[in-house]
Amino acid sequence: MTNEALQELVGNWLPELEFTEEESQFLNIHVSPQNLHTLMSQLKSNPETQFDYLFCLSGVDWGEKLGIVYHLESTSKRHIVVVKVTTEDRENPVLDTVYDIWATAEFHEREVFDFFGIRFNNHPNLKRLFLTEDWVGYPLRKDYEDDINMILH
Amino acid sequence: METEVVNTNFKSEEYFINMGPQHPATHGVLRLLLTIDGEIIKKVEPDLGYIHRSIEKMCERDSYQQIVHLTDRMDYLSANINNEAVCLAVENALQLEIPERVKVIRTIIGELTRISSHCLWWGVMGMDVGALTTYFYGFRDREMINDIMEETCGARLTMNYNVPGGLMLDIHPNFVKRVKDFITHFKTKLPEYDRLLTGNIIFQKRTIGVGILSKEDAISFGASGPVGRASGYSCDVRKHHPYSAIDKVTFNEVLKTEGDTYARYLVRIQEMWESLSIIEQLIDNIPEGEHRVTTNAVIKLPKGEFYQKVETARGELGVYIISTGTKNPYRLKFRSPGFSNLSLLNHIAVGGKIGDLVATMATLDLVIPDIDR
Repeated sequence: MTNEALQELVGNWLPELEFTEEESQFLNIHVSPQNLHTLMSQLKSNPETQFDYLFCLSGVDWGEKLGIVYHLESTSKRHIVVVKVTTEDRENPVLDTVYDIWATAEFHEREVFDFFGIRFNNHPNLKRLFLTEDWVGYPLRKDYEDDINMILH
Repeated sequence: METEVVNTNFKSEEYFINMGPQHPATHGVLRLLLTIDGEIIKKVEPDLGYIHRSIEKMCERDSYQQIVHLTDRMDYLSANINNEAVCLAVENALQLEIPERVKVIRTIIGELTRISSHCLWWGVMGMDVGALTTYFYGFRDREMINDIMEETCGARLTMNYNVPGGLMLDIHPNFVKRVKDFITHFKTKLPEYDRLLTGNIIFQKRTIGVGILSKEDAISFGASGPVGRASGYSCDVRKHHPYSAIDKVTFNEVLKTEGDTYARYLVRIQEMWESLSIIEQLIDNIPEGEHRVTTNAVIKLPKGEFYQKVETARGELGVYIISTGTKNPYRLKFRSPGFSNLSLLNHIAVGGKIGDLVATMATLDLVIPDIDR
């Protein structure tokens, strides 16, 4: 499916979605945290889209906001789409899990929780993946400081 | 008269045992927390982070040339292919035209790396299930590739041979001859692998029907590489998103449908034959030309997002760069194949025995630094 066709189809599901193609090789869909899970289940189950392969899930600290970037591919139709979600709450960021849609998200979301401190609703086993339980702070956030272990320029 | 003996002295109850972080079958520092009932596994929970170096955070501080050096330290058995992933991402972002010579050499080196990685895997796979001889055979053949790498790249493990814009140095004058010698040598040795291990009845009993992964689960868990292909899931990045000179050669994507440990084993053995064939098609046709195009000493990527995926020996490696137009990436994420392949271990190991877990893990071919990036 071409990016234009995808945009037209997915745009009909939820009116609030924003689409961008600049500065990226894929079609980007921006979704609000409330509609994230609905959109993701649709993208997976709709026979036209069939995005059954979540090949990358990355946390990003955008400065004001914290966000997640999902890279999705369809193994039958071979098209790719990127879904982006952001939350402005840096103190207590919470998003919905997509673990029930793609099993690989369980580990990826634990990694995001470990390094960005984003919590996931309904995640089966949300605890730190790499760091120890008593670690203070979330190292991949831009405002993280560690005088002992970090070497700056 | 026979009566059924009911054991009333012991109760069946679950308990925990630790496997690792120093267990030889975990191939590095991976700790598995096993919940077992007798010898039957109820749950496998990996405990990670023993060698996490936060490469992604380091990347936010480093220049793009420096980042390439860090990638060797992730999946060290696919070092060249990891280098290539970052170089391709940077080159695509800069829209650099890369000489044909570079593309062909990168593909040859990449396939040599794959064979070398699979040789090591085959050696330790045998060792994990109790056949020590394979270890020496695998390392003997891998040694020849290491020598080729040493001569051309100057290193045996962390090569750093690819740089954004091409290759650090041109190939050594002996390269073509030595690669051909290796192909001749390895074609006589690979059937030996089959005679020694593949057909071995004890080995087959340990692997056939063990750790079965269905195609649907393989896709859902994000499995890639030989793990995905053994479940009938066509996931070869070289086929679906070709890069470098891979579109100039013909090769078969090895697919099996059984999804068990033995299928994953067979896929890797077959892949070595395919890699040999790819190298054979290219080794006599390395185009003349430059081995590198000049780039700015300080590389600044344009503002935007760039994604590059390559097929390492373990599966799909993704490099996701978010650039704000400066000399460092704003965010760089490595989607490593081992990470996703490890996440399905619990799913396929439950219900089996600890011995099966060892055989299953051997065919997942985990390299822990690739998971603990």
